[in-house]
Amino acid sequence: MTKPISVAAKTRQIVKKHGGGKSAMIAVLQDIQEAFNYLPKEALKTAAKAMNVPMSRVYEAATFYTAFSLKPRGKHIVKICKGTACHVRGAAILQDRFETTLGIKPGQTTADGNFSLETVNCVGACALGPVVVINADYHGQVTINKVDKIIKKINEEGAQS
Amino acid sequence: MNENPDTQARQIMDNLTLYYGPKKKFVAICAGTGCRASGSLKVKEALEAELKKQNLGDVDVLATGCLGFCEKGPMMVIHPDKYFYQHVKVEDVPEIISKTVAKGEVISRLLYRHPETKKTLFREEDLPFYKKQHRVVFGQNGMIDPARIEDYFAINGYQALGKVLSEMTPEDVISEVKKAGLRGRGGGGFHAAVKWEGVRRAHGDPKYVIANGDEGDPGAYMDRSLMEGNPHSVIEGMIIGAYAVGSNQGYIYVRNEYPLAVTHLSIAIEAAREMGLLGKNILGTDFSFDIQITKGAGAFVCGESSALFASVEGRAGEPRAKYVHAVEKGLYDKPTVLNNVETWANVPLIINRGADWYNSIGTEGSKGTKIFSLVGKINNTGLIEVPMGTTLYEIIYDMGGGIPNGKKFKAVQTGGPSGGCIPESLLDIPVDFDKLYEVGSMMGSGGMIVMDETSCMVDVARYFLEFLKEESCGKCVPCREGVRRMSDILEDICAGKGREGDVELLETMGKAIADGSLCALGGSAPNPVLSTIRYFREEYDAHIRDHRCPAGVCKALIRYSIDAEKCTGCGVCVKVCATKAISGEKKKAHVIDKDQCTRCGACIQSCKFDAINVK
Repeated sequence: MTKPISVAAKTRQIVKKHGGGKSAMIAVLQDIQEAFNYLPKEALKTAAKAMNVPMSRVYEAATFYTAFSLKPRGKHIVKICKGTACHVRGAAILQDRFETTLGIKPGQTTADGNFSLETVNCVGACALGPVVVINADYHGQVTINKVDKIIKKINEEGAQS
Repeated sequence: MNENPDTQARQIMDNLTLYYGPKKKFVAICAGTGCRASGSLKVKEALEAELKKQNLGDVDVLATGCLGFCEKGPMMVIHPDKYFYQHVKVEDVPEIISKTVAKGEVISRLLYRHPETKKTLFREEDLPFYKKQHRVVFGQNGMIDPARIEDYFAINGYQALGKVLSEMTPEDVISEVKKAGLRGRGGGGFHAAVKWEGVRRAHGDPKYVIANGDEGDPGAYMDRSLMEGNPHSVIEGMIIGAYAVGSNQGYIYVRNEYPLAVTHLSIAIEAAREMGLLGKNILGTDFSFDIQITKGAGAFVCGESSALFASVEGRAGEPRAKYVHAVEKGLYDKPTVLNNVETWANVPLIINRGADWYNSIGTEGSKGTKIFSLVGKINNTGLIEVPMGTTLYEIIYDMGGGIPNGKKFKAVQTGGPSGGCIPESLLDIPVDFDKLYEVGSMMGSGGMIVMDETSCMVDVARYFLEFLKEESCGKCVPCREGVRRMSDILEDICAGKGREGDVELLETMGKAIADGSLCALGGSAPNPVLSTIRYFREEYDAHIRDHRCPAGVCKALIRYSIDAEKCTGCGVCVKVCATKAISGEKKKAHVIDKDQCTRCGACIQSCKFDAINVK
């Protein structure tokens, strides 16, 4: 293991990797989010400084795009596809069930920090709708009655590791 | 520099193609996103291990991009016999190798069975889903591993580039593409050659070439499958375009939701650079061009050209008014060609097979083929490629196999949130850019979402307006406020709070928003509402006047009950009901307590006897 690195140092590394220019803003934010699972305030401040742009520019991009989160996100990210194909195959009632099972609304994270619920406007796996993407795994043709099983399985795997 | 760089370009390409030649015996297994979700990578590993075990190490396993028939995944095609196997499991692998690969015997349980005649069909081209298709762009997916540039050479990849650099002037390229009649596959249907010509003529340096891979229309995923499955075809098209317009720098803008597309494009770009097909002095000529990938971050509006430029420049993706067109002032205010991924993938074909061949396919105003994603309430879901002008009926019934579970067709939605819903009475129209526009929809990027009698058209309109409300960038008032108000009204109608006059108000607002918005997002935002009002007015009236949702979708307007004759009292619904609203003795008809019922749908999805009624 490499030794832990501070948020600011990691951010500076990321900015440097992308050449420091402001056209790399979105790529920089993507890498920050990948490193910390969200966009920490300190990272945004550091990035603004390192890229020599006002904080408002960074904040503008960070809040405009839905892929970015200013709040810490859970260990597992549940993304419910709300594309049209999934919608006509019952994505809305599926979302209801995830909300009830996890006890959170989209954009929120469970109190134990295990799950975040998000909706996404189409993951491009339309033939398998309704689709739910959990972390990097695609679950196709999900029925309401599979929801609890899916969550339970992830919890059990988490308990083992 | 070489003495005659132009001839050298041709020679390098000819040698490469000859060297890699077509493969003879190989197993192509689909490793597109759809099949991966169904477990195709595990099957691929098992194939490789088993081939070694059975001493057939010389047989290649090709992890291809999407083969189209996503619903049947994981699927594979075994060459040279081209046997098509569906729903393949790891357990099937040893038998596949020992019988089909080693001896050419078919395993009938893995074959596709015709749903009506019950006959088993052996090859892709025999299947009704594939039979009427014309897969000139998309069909190559099945012949290559997208991560291997050699495979692309083997199917004459980069031959078009070799031809362009050795035999054609930039003007020749433009006039060939113009003669072919290639129109943009991203939605607008603008003539590609006209854009190219504009950029070639425009003053300004540098000039940029961009592939729009921000496939934002929900329900469409053909660009994803091209970027994942045949990235070199997109890259080759872009290089040819860059040569034609005089550009040295290109970008591919890929949606954030498509990680595999980014991976495959990155591998492809790197391989093309190593081969001298990208970078300085391509194929020994004095033409230089390179491509960079830019990832989106989840904003539908970034599919719009000026918003996309802003996003590539690292800013929030807000569109701007287009007093000056992108061909003159696009990315960084420089002349820019922006074409959609599928459009670029068509370019090498036009060069290789000629404009005359290309424009012999299609209709008067729309040439070539188009890839559609046929999804929703349809039996055969997946990606299809058909000549422009194929009728909706052929697509939905001949290829799509009709509507599942004996339900009745209601509408097909095309063009994403900018498009509209087309009713049964118009299924005979030939699908092309102009015809779809005439009936109040549009081509869009090619999503076709089929809806049956259980889809509520008011809910569909509400769904799209909610989508657009969230995706409106907020820059101009008609879109930001207008779409929000339309969405509120639809929300009310679906909640049983609709009022007389709402429909007329929606129509008036729709026209105003279309006229007053800055970009195409707002300009076409009312389409889903206007087209559903036009063709399904009676459903709006049922919601507003009778407080009834005829399709049984809008929760506030429906009640669940159990059909006592169909119910066997098995008790499955009791177990899945989250609010304990269902009760009854075992083996006797159950009942639903309407006050407890939240109409979540769990009982419907679990009932094997179709005993839950929705009214």
